[in-house]
Amino acid sequence: MKKKIKKIGLLMLCVMMFTGLSMTAYATDRSYTYNYDWWGDVQDSPDVYTVCNVYTSTDFGLDVSLKSPEGLFIQGNMVYICDTGNNRIIELERISTEEFEVRRIYDSFQGDVENKTFSSPSDIAVSEEGDIYIADKGNARILKLDHDLNYLMQFDKPIDSSLDSETNFTPNKIVIDTAGRVYCIATGINKGLIKYEADGVFSGFVGATKAKYDWVDYIWKKFATQEQRAQMESFVPTEYDNIYMDYEGFVYAVTGAVDRDSLRNEEAQAIRKLNLMGNDILVRNGEYDVYGDLYMGNGGGYEGPSYFTDVTTMDNDVYVCLDKNRSRLFGYNDQGKMVFACGGNGNMDGYFRRPAAVDHMGYDLMVLDSLDCSLTLFLPTEFGSLIYQAMDQFDQGDYDASGETWQKVMDLNGNYDLAYIGIGRSLLRQERYREAMDYFELKYDDENYSKAYKQYRKEWVEEHIVIIVILVLAAFLIPLSIGRIKAIKHEMDTADIFKV
Amino acid sequence: MIASLLNKQKFQRYIDSLKFALYCITHPFDGFWDLTHERRGTYAAANTILILTLIVRVMKLRYTSFIFLNVYWEELNIFLYLASIVFPLSLWVVGNWGLTTLFDGKGRLGQVYMATCYAITPYPLIQFPLMIFSNFVTVDEAEFYAVLSMISLIWAALLMIAAMSQIHEYTMRKTLLFVVFSLFAMLVIIFILMLFFSMITQGIAYFISLGREILFRL
Repeated sequence: MKKKIKKIGLLMLCVMMFTGLSMTAYATDRSYTYNYDWWGDVQDSPDVYTVCNVYTSTDFGLDVSLKSPEGLFIQGNMVYICDTGNNRIIELERISTEEFEVRRIYDSFQGDVENKTFSSPSDIAVSEEGDIYIADKGNARILKLDHDLNYLMQFDKPIDSSLDSETNFTPNKIVIDTAGRVYCIATGINKGLIKYEADGVFSGFVGATKAKYDWVDYIWKKFATQEQRAQMESFVPTEYDNIYMDYEGFVYAVTGAVDRDSLRNEEAQAIRKLNLMGNDILVRNGEYDVYGDLYMGNGGGYEGPSYFTDVTTMDNDVYVCLDKNRSRLFGYNDQGKMVFACGGNGNMDGYFRRPAAVDHMGYDLMVLDSLDCSLTLFLPTEFGSLIYQAMDQFDQGDYDASGETWQKVMDLNGNYDLAYIGIGRSLLRQERYREAMDYFELKYDDENYSKAYKQYRKEWVEEHIVIIVILVLAAFLIPLSIGRIKAIKHEMDTADIFKV
Repeated sequence: MIASLLNKQKFQRYIDSLKFALYCITHPFDGFWDLTHERRGTYAAANTILILTLIVRVMKLRYTSFIFLNVYWEELNIFLYLASIVFPLSLWVVGNWGLTTLFDGKGRLGQVYMATCYAITPYPLIQFPLMIFSNFVTVDEAEFYAVLSMISLIWAALLMIAAMSQIHEYTMRKTLLFVVFSLFAMLVIIFILMLFFSMITQGIAYFISLGREILFRL
């Protein structure tokens, strides 16, 4: 009996320990930065970016505080913020890593037009020459001003037969290319980007998304009444939410009007890279398409796919998308593989309430929050800097150094897939195929593995060609000669002259 | 079992019946007729083929190149994985026998099992070398793997049909009809099993709650 009680006690202890252990195991939170591995599992990661500072109106020394700012543009050291709610533009200069100084604040301009003020300016772009382009949303125009705020010209509602002349023109987001052409997203126009020539002439729409077309919906619609039909989703292309022009002149366009299934089936794209023809040329070599979070279920009150509201592309072709659903930043490299994901909804530094725009200065990121009315400055950590350094070294052809840098990245985060593939690619370039294969196999990179293996196999065959030839010859000759010898033996045995 | 293996005559018969599988897969109609009617097949050989299939199936998980097969080891349950072959196989054997026995099928339950096992011979025969071969190819040559793998499955399926027609002495038309019916029979069995288990759990839950209620009242 005593033994039994002891046993039960031991069992209870075990159970308690076990539950206690498992509780501590589940109590850990996810890290701020994460990434997805080949299986789509979340892997915690050291931070790629840390918050340097969060700047509010008082930090900038503004007498009137920011009111739902929507537009952010960075050129050189200058930061332009569209203070949409206050109908003004704020020009800041970054004088040191952490310090900003207000250069100009303007809500009007000079020139030969009736209305010399802005109304809900939602985006701004500045050309190399210093000309300022402003999406003056409330006044239905895109303004072009010179550096001293003199009116140069304006871009009006495009005259096109496919556009209803009654509806208002609300240019929301703009980018300009080096030739002075303007690309614009206007609310309610889903034919793609509106493209103006430098002289202000509307020259067409580019890069419209393909309209989704579903047979089931189509048949269903046939039987629906007028009211029901009005409530249904119509087969129209989706509107873009934001655009960014990279240093090569390609337009990155993002849209949030995509649903979970079409993203997973790769029927819809949350982000596109448009060339001059308006074709999507974004490289999607990652295991998963570029659409932010893979898990779209309800969590913490937020549901659905990531809603990309802005994008910025750095000079090493890493582009960072800003998700306004879960307030996260997603960085992807030129191959469409995720570099990092970080952020979340909240009030802490590095978390946002309604992020509106993202832009970059060098490798530093800035995020504008339109509800918090704040600008968050992110600086790359040691980990992040090493990643960028390794990418740059590889692009410059310095493969040995790139491999070493990726090794340092791997030392900081052993779960970082890009580091393994980076080391592998560096080894591949150094013609160390056998080692490269191991790294690729660890992270299931079959394309690169095959490249390495092909070379390794070729080398192996070349080295062992003598043995292979001997073996092949032996395989043919030995059975042949055995048969021959047997035949001779048979002849000898049956030959008459040997008969006794 | 061991004793029978030591018996030289029996062992010879076992080896012969195993070799006969190779004859069956190349001469299906002749082979499967002789399998039962000439008593050239043995249960020992049938079991061996089934076990070989299972072993190859499991080995494939580990030794196939990652280009073709990636295994999420964290969630793999080897017993469930094996059951995913054995369970449909037994359903097929039972379903097919249960149906054909009502419609002039000459095959007995054991014979259906034996013929089915003999019919899946191409699977271990092709998949095992293919598993080794997979480690020597690149993604560009992946088509070879896919085609050979497909051949092993189609071959086995065709053999299965041939086997059924010979075991039950059916015409080809009737065989095909009963293959389809057997698949339906499998679904019916699954349905009944599910019904059975849910009834059992509900029944047990009833008595448990009854017992609890009584304990509360005491």
